[in-house]
Amino acid sequence: MQQVIHVSHLGKMYGKTIAVDDLSFEVNEGEIFGMVGPNGAGKTTTIECLQGLRRPDQGEVRVLELDPVRQEHSLRLEIGTQLQKALLPDRLKVDEALDLFASFYPDPTPWPILLERLGLVEKKGAYISELSGGQQQRLFIALALINHPRLVFLDELTTGLDPQARHTIWDLVREIRAEGRTVFLTTHLMEEAEKLCDRVMIVDHGRVVALDTPSALVRSLGAESRVLFICEGAFDPQVLKAISAVSRVEQDGQRVIVYGRAPQPGQPPLIADVANALSAQRIAFTDIRMEQASLEDVFLQLTGRAIRD
Amino acid sequence: MQSFWKLAVVECKLYFRFPIMALFTLALPLMILILLGSIFGNEPSPLYGGYGSVDVSVPAYAAMIIAISAFISLPITLANYRERGILRRFRATPVSPAAVLGAQLVMQFLMTLLGMALLIVAGKLVYGLRFEGNALSVLAAFSLSCLSFFAFGMILAGLIPSVRLASIVGNVLLQPMIYLSGATIPLEVMSPRMREFIRFIPLTHVVTLLRGLWVGDVWSEHQTELIVLSAILVVCSIVAVKVFRWE
Repeated sequence: MQQVIHVSHLGKMYGKTIAVDDLSFEVNEGEIFGMVGPNGAGKTTTIECLQGLRRPDQGEVRVLELDPVRQEHSLRLEIGTQLQKALLPDRLKVDEALDLFASFYPDPTPWPILLERLGLVEKKGAYISELSGGQQQRLFIALALINHPRLVFLDELTTGLDPQARHTIWDLVREIRAEGRTVFLTTHLMEEAEKLCDRVMIVDHGRVVALDTPSALVRSLGAESRVLFICEGAFDPQVLKAISAVSRVEQDGQRVIVYGRAPQPGQPPLIADVANALSAQRIAFTDIRMEQASLEDVFLQLTGRAIRD
Repeated sequence: MQSFWKLAVVECKLYFRFPIMALFTLALPLMILILLGSIFGNEPSPLYGGYGSVDVSVPAYAAMIIAISAFISLPITLANYRERGILRRFRATPVSPAAVLGAQLVMQFLMTLLGMALLIVAGKLVYGLRFEGNALSVLAAFSLSCLSFFAFGMILAGLIPSVRLASIVGNVLLQPMIYLSGATIPLEVMSPRMREFIRFIPLTHVVTLLRGLWVGDVWSEHQTELIVLSAILVVCSIVAVKVFRWE
């Protein structure tokens, strides 16, 4: 498989602050690659080094076989970019923005096609400031696609969007992959990384702490499953603790949470054991459901819960 | 080149869509001219060497517009672009930085020129403005003045991180300068000592040069102004290139 990004031992400091410490990874052609990490983990700096917007202090970076610093012009012709906190003038119109960006590239996609594809035809003559958050991000994606890029960078694409808008954007990102382009994205939302990315890299303190497919990351944690239910009558937790897979039981008023090992292949899931045990004791319960360990659990376990800003 | 002209056209459109800046640069000097003309008229007066107050005010107000563009409009626009990541967004494309900044300068120049044209039209139509110079000479002097002052404005744009600060610094520099350079209060009403002092204010040289050429002076009478403005242009351009920041 061809690699479109190759980073080895990347390091970048701002004064005495280490933004990126020692980062090494590769991105394969045609995948959606996600970078996640707490605030200040070095995500934006990494993306800026990949795009040639910053010069690394150490290490090697190759993007599309180019050196982003020395060959920045060639690189920028071949990548598409949506930058976090990088806007366009409020009073620029949608069609003007597309027309302007098209003029930056030698062989741009005719922008009316992009308008159509991103559902912005009706907003053609609207000011950028008049667009909703989701429409603005769709415009920024259109701008990122205008030069038929082989590699698209999407930095915190869905931050602040409502669920509908987010799902529309996810579909668009999958379409970009279906066209054979590689997507490099960063996100704060673990759900997004889990659902959208082929591989996820978790970074913290400027280093890679984990890199794999979302499901492999979740499995590697051996995280617990949780069964939640409402019990209206009296109930003795001992009944559930007797189940071998259960590790502990928490009770909060009528709400009960049972923690247990994730099921091994071939064994019944925890929820079946819990439901059977409750039924056998004739304990009435409602709203029973199971929560699998998610990427979010993996993320919190690897990066800690302390708030950093 | 195509990008450059598209950028310049977009910049001009954006200028008119954000009317506060246009009001300040284009309408305000025009209003002052009309107000002044309606009070003093444009009768020839010995105070102004046989010209009327509108005749001497039009080139002086052109200097004021140059200063407004250079100290207010240019730094605020670029500070806004930097603050909102617009410059960063352009940098992530293959468009050359020179095209982005060049388009901004071209727009500011055209708007300044438009401001001066409005003054001339109003002066001519309402007060029978007199012009005895060479139009090309005046245009050349106007252009040189714009370049020098815009180069200074680019230093401000490079050093000042936010719109708020840009508007404070711009006004602190602009206000005394337009009153103490002959750009609003005519040089003729100032005392000789005052006129000695204000020679050290750069805008005074713009006022002197434009007013002189307006009434038919030749360039050789204005070597000082030419040297001062050229020196400002060269020095400020070098500094501006050194201090400019994209983010």
